[in-house]
Amino acid sequence: MPTDFIVHDKADTVGVAVVEDIQPNKELTGWIMETDETITLKALDVVPLGHKIALKNIRDGDTVLKYGHDVGRAVADIGRGRHVHVHNLKTKRW
Amino acid sequence: MGRYDFSGYRRENGRVGIRNHVVILPLDDLSNAASESVANNIKGTLALPHAYGRLQFGEDLDLFFRTLIGIGSNPNVAACVVIGIEPGWTGHIVDGIKKTGKPVAGFAIEESGDISTIAAASRKAHEFVQWASERQRERCAIEDLFVSTKCGESDTTSGLGSCPTVGNLIDKLDPLGVTTCFGETSEITGAEMVCASRAINKAVGDEFLRVFNAYQEVINRHKTSDLSDSQPTKGNIIGGLTTIEEKAFGNLAKIGRKTRYIDVLKPAETPAKGPGLYYMDTSSAAAECVTLQAAAGFVVHLFPTGQGNVIGNPIEPVIKLTANPKTARTMVEHMDLDVSGILRREMTLDKAGDLLIDLVIRTCNGRLTCAEVMGHREFVLTRLYQTA
Repeated sequence: MPTDFIVHDKADTVGVAVVEDIQPNKELTGWIMETDETITLKALDVVPLGHKIALKNIRDGDTVLKYGHDVGRAVADIGRGRHVHVHNLKTKRW
Repeated sequence: MGRYDFSGYRRENGRVGIRNHVVILPLDDLSNAASESVANNIKGTLALPHAYGRLQFGEDLDLFFRTLIGIGSNPNVAACVVIGIEPGWTGHIVDGIKKTGKPVAGFAIEESGDISTIAAASRKAHEFVQWASERQRERCAIEDLFVSTKCGESDTTSGLGSCPTVGNLIDKLDPLGVTTCFGETSEITGAEMVCASRAINKAVGDEFLRVFNAYQEVINRHKTSDLSDSQPTKGNIIGGLTTIEEKAFGNLAKIGRKTRYIDVLKPAETPAKGPGLYYMDTSSAAAECVTLQAAAGFVVHLFPTGQGNVIGNPIEPVIKLTANPKTARTMVEHMDLDVSGILRREMTLDKAGDLLIDLVIRTCNGRLTCAEVMGHREFVLTRLYQTA
């Protein structure tokens, strides 16, 4: 089965698009590397290759997890299947 | 004979190079013109023009000297001609390189002018090139190899594929006694406690954190924003990286899963604790970091990229790899290894690591990297502060 997105760690709240054609309402197949699990998710936005997609509903202010670690703070509510990037995720540093 | 033996040039001090350059090294910005003239006169030489070398002082001057002496001393350099505006600092660089036992000569421009200096330096370079051309490669064991790594124009595929491929190589070669190096102090921001935990012991981890915190102080003193216009770079952001923390965890995948670093090096400092992985305090800018690692004596560089950095180095061959299928397709002349199969689950990390080891050995044996073929010779010195 083709893999549309990859998740580093079971605890992560975002995955990474690894195909070039993710469009809204596309049913996606994801692979969790840590546990070798396959998961599915419906995209709600265009998500370019290499960009992140929310795996669950993330609330404004929540810590976003990738690699099983804190990679920043959501600055807007982000629905499951939405594109996660500079418009809704910011660094906690600097 | 070992599985990973390669053919290299064993130098007078026992270190092994994989290239055989005769370098024309300017001491300072004023001597670039004469150095480039010599390199134009004498085929088979390589001039390394740069922007600095005047009125530096203190720690910044120490770093400058360490970098130039280190570049001349690198085992990929067979012999070196140094040209400076005046004889004092020129002689200091010559004396530093001379400790390796390799042929080196210095020329000063004051009191003779460019034309006479170029003539004298060209005659010496002529002699060095013919001498170097008779050096022979010999069989060397993998523990003679010094390998550095730094990633650039990263994206999320770097953390998924190309950086862990380098990590897989380091985990496999570390037990065989290879000397390796990573750096990029500012790009560990967010992952610094994980990085500290990868030190061989608490003292080395604490030293890493001291260096890390000192770099953070520099950033905090000068910043005018959250650095979101600089770090991550605009290229990183196009590729999907959003925050420095996210970038840092991908970056750190280059040191593998089990290898521990044994020491913390100053910029351009030569490793002194034997084989193993070293952390070097460096800039995260690609050419600065690779130049510092070349100055520390590393002879081959592994450079994972996502969006497609095109970097090379004049004396240390840079092997570039990417897991981004679009970059592998659109920038093929810059990419030495395509590991995008990892993202399609067609290639395991173990297989990717083996492919990279094979490519390193072939590069050591003489295969030119894409950067060498494309003429990328980025030579960029790191400066710490203003001149006096």
